[in-house]
Amino acid sequence: MTLGAAMLEVRNLDAFYGEYQALRGVGFDLGEGHIRTLLGANGAGKTTVLRALCGMVRTSGAIRFDGKAIAGWATEDIVRLGIAHVPEGRGTFLRVTVEENLQLGAMTRRDRAGITADIERVYAHFPRLRERRNQQAGTLSGGEQQMLAVGRALMLRPRLMLLDEPSFGLAPLIVEELFEILRQVNRETGVAMLVVEQNAALALELAEHAYLLETGRVVMDAPAAVIGADEGVRRAYLGY
Amino acid sequence: MELLLQQVMAGLATGAIYACMALAVVMIYQAIDHLNFAQGEMAMFSTFIAWQLLQWGVPYWGAFVAAVAVSFVGGVAIERILFRPIHHAPVLTQLVAFIALFGILNSSAGEIWNFTIKEFPTPFGRGPLFGGHLISTHDAGMIVVTVVILALLYLFFRGSRLGLAMRAAAANPDSARLVGIRVGWMIALGWGMSAAIGAVAGMLIAPVVFLEPNMMLGVLLYGFAGAVLGGLSSPGGAVLGGFAVGVIENLAGAFIPYFGRELKLTIALIVIVAVLLVRPSGVFGRSVVSRV
Repeated sequence: MTLGAAMLEVRNLDAFYGEYQALRGVGFDLGEGHIRTLLGANGAGKTTVLRALCGMVRTSGAIRFDGKAIAGWATEDIVRLGIAHVPEGRGTFLRVTVEENLQLGAMTRRDRAGITADIERVYAHFPRLRERRNQQAGTLSGGEQQMLAVGRALMLRPRLMLLDEPSFGLAPLIVEELFEILRQVNRETGVAMLVVEQNAALALELAEHAYLLETGRVVMDAPAAVIGADEGVRRAYLGY
Repeated sequence: MELLLQQVMAGLATGAIYACMALAVVMIYQAIDHLNFAQGEMAMFSTFIAWQLLQWGVPYWGAFVAAVAVSFVGGVAIERILFRPIHHAPVLTQLVAFIALFGILNSSAGEIWNFTIKEFPTPFGRGPLFGGHLISTHDAGMIVVTVVILALLYLFFRGSRLGLAMRAAAANPDSARLVGIRVGWMIALGWGMSAAIGAVAGMLIAPVVFLEPNMMLGVLLYGFAGAVLGGLSSPGGAVLGGFAVGVIENLAGAFIPYFGRELKLTIALIVIVAVLLVRPSGVFGRSVVSRV
């Protein structure tokens, strides 16, 4: 890990829920356009890392994005730098329509024509969202809501996407489709992705590099292929 | 039959004011999950500001617009100064803040303008509309102004980006932050709009109830009744609830012998209790439907 190189640099990051310390000295990098994944058991702190990056939990330590120290910033200011977070539970606005959800994703932008074009692009990725554009988001199926969440995040034209359990609760076929689209988006737009996944096999296929978290610490930091091939790690941490 | 129609029309006219107050209450409730007990006093204070401007010789509509503008700024300021710092405080703390605001506005109005009843002009005149017996010009004016405001608000919330952002911030603040919406300012904006709507309601009802520091007590109670009846989670429902309560109030006052003028206020309380017993979410209130 070299200093001053990567788009996102995390050093010595602690995070707290009240008295409880959820992260202990976490450090990692993520370069422009790369996909990396955070793996680990339930409660290892994966979600907390994403929440910490977005200023949603109390932290200490350094988080740098494009060289800016963003630790302690308000969530909405971090988002405005181009960091799109697709949270656990997807963060969908259930009472407004699908299309309004997409417009909300572009709330920080002013270029009307660009927004309209990007909504069309999201519909091209997810044709089912186009069919349901005027439907209340709360009436969508789980898979459709996950697609909407990803679509909404793309509307920010992010430079970094934080994806929290994108496969959660989805049928295998839908998961495959979704991950293929994530790959495609990464290729086309060069957006970097940090993916938290329970489904390690899936995540290791998508990402080129993985970090293994255990009780709030990074215990392994290696290329995805290496972690995937290590039977001991697979058995102990990844459960497959 | 004519009496019935007259009472319904008069009910719709006062109901328009209740609808405004109900909407003002619901807008703040949606943003911070608390009932603003000082909503009526804010409206009363705004009306006094308009009255003062009129005394200084400002023409009616000039004073009207100025009072609405000042109220908007005042509402934003109240949120920023008083309620933002205690946003995460326990319910009781917030309740005390509302009562304090109520007391401060009520006594300052009394101190500045004293407690004697003042007349407040109507720009619509007080004669019968088109020479008929159904409704007075002022009552008709109240209904028209309210309907125009409601239509504008509807367009704002359904058709504009800012309106969409405000709805998102109220419904789901965490997700709103994650798309870059400044939730704190959206809440402040909601307070400002709510105060401005209240100002309009105050200035429209003042010619009927006369201007004095306690003029909005009954009106706010009916506004609450309307909001509860329609559903605190539904702005449209609260508006319809406000109109309904106005009509119920007038019909009961006219046709149920015991109510008369004295017991009319009781009706608001009966409506509130009845709705809370039978359907706590209100007629149009709903719990969010979602699949997981």
